[in-house]
Amino acid sequence: MSFTPKIRLFSCHYTSQQSCADHGRELQKLDFPENVELTRVPCTGKLQVTTLLQAFEEGADGVYVVGCPVDTCHNEKGSSRAAKRVATVRKALRELDVEEDRMRMYHLPRGLHPEFVDAAREMDKLVRELGPSPF
Amino acid sequence: MIIAERKPLAEIIDMVIDFKKILVLACRGCVTVCSAGGEREAEILASLIRLGLRKNGKEAEVITGSLVRQCDREYIDAIDNWKGDYDAIVSTACGVGVNFIANLRPQDNVYPALNTTFFGGSAQQGIWSEQCAGCGDCVLHLTGGLCPIARCAKSLMNGPCGGSVDGKCEIHPEVHCVWQLIHDRMDRIGRRRELEAAAPIRDWSSAGHGGPRKQVRSDLTL
Repeated sequence: MSFTPKIRLFSCHYTSQQSCADHGRELQKLDFPENVELTRVPCTGKLQVTTLLQAFEEGADGVYVVGCPVDTCHNEKGSSRAAKRVATVRKALRELDVEEDRMRMYHLPRGLHPEFVDAAREMDKLVRELGPSPF
Repeated sequence: MIIAERKPLAEIIDMVIDFKKILVLACRGCVTVCSAGGEREAEILASLIRLGLRKNGKEAEVITGSLVRQCDREYIDAIDNWKGDYDAIVSTACGVGVNFIANLRPQDNVYPALNTTFFGGSAQQGIWSEQCAGCGDCVLHLTGGLCPIARCAKSLMNGPCGGSVDGKCEIHPEVHCVWQLIHDRMDRIGRRRELEAAAPIRDWSSAGHGGPRKQVRSDLTL
């Protein structure tokens, strides 16, 4: 049975700069999965646990956060704060007997890097394997 | 302050699985400060309850609210603001709050979201440690301000026992032997001789061994 997961991505303004390139067409050219919905935030450190959980409540099959590398975060500790909140959600998913990999954190360099698209493809592949959200 | 931590989600979901409208009620007292049951934690828990119920094939409206404290009658009365529009209250207060709701709201179903753990303080962000046992007969004046009742694994009054090694308790290498700390501190502040006095046999009746404790201040009662 074919299944196209709904995936939510929260990315910091800096790491997702390429999403703006060529009026948003740059990512399409790079084969960024169409089923990944990108929400840009000024800093991933601003993301709350409730925001990530709400994405699941709204029907996401997988959710991931992309922030700056830990040691070069534009806002010093923003992406490491985000990583802790992602870890909190992963723990809650485990408690609910749900695969914790439906929630992931990536630390990627800023600007136009293939890793940004690779992370989306990896997440897409992973969630396809996991199947639809149990929520 | 009172330190607490969220119960396992499965336990909470099991409590509320058959309710259709659930009020997750935060407390803005101690549990807000220790990040266990304040407004933010209540919002998170409400979301997790919705998800947990859905996973079990159930649906419920889960709303949140908060009280200034859940350990005072006048604040508990504020639950009237929800006009009974809930089937169950999940309190994110300490056990005192849950008891107060049960005492004062005889018609309401109330469930605890937290395990109340101890009286403690936060030495570093995100880390809390027990400092007081609420034993009702404080001996801190004898021990340089460090509590052997709460912080000695055996609650000894004449420690250290023979199990401490290099200033650490035998129960865990990360736990300081409080009696070592007491002796070091009393030395440092020139009060070592006070520790030579034999501690009298302790009367534990004030520590809850004589049933629930009560305190009356006639100067404050109405």
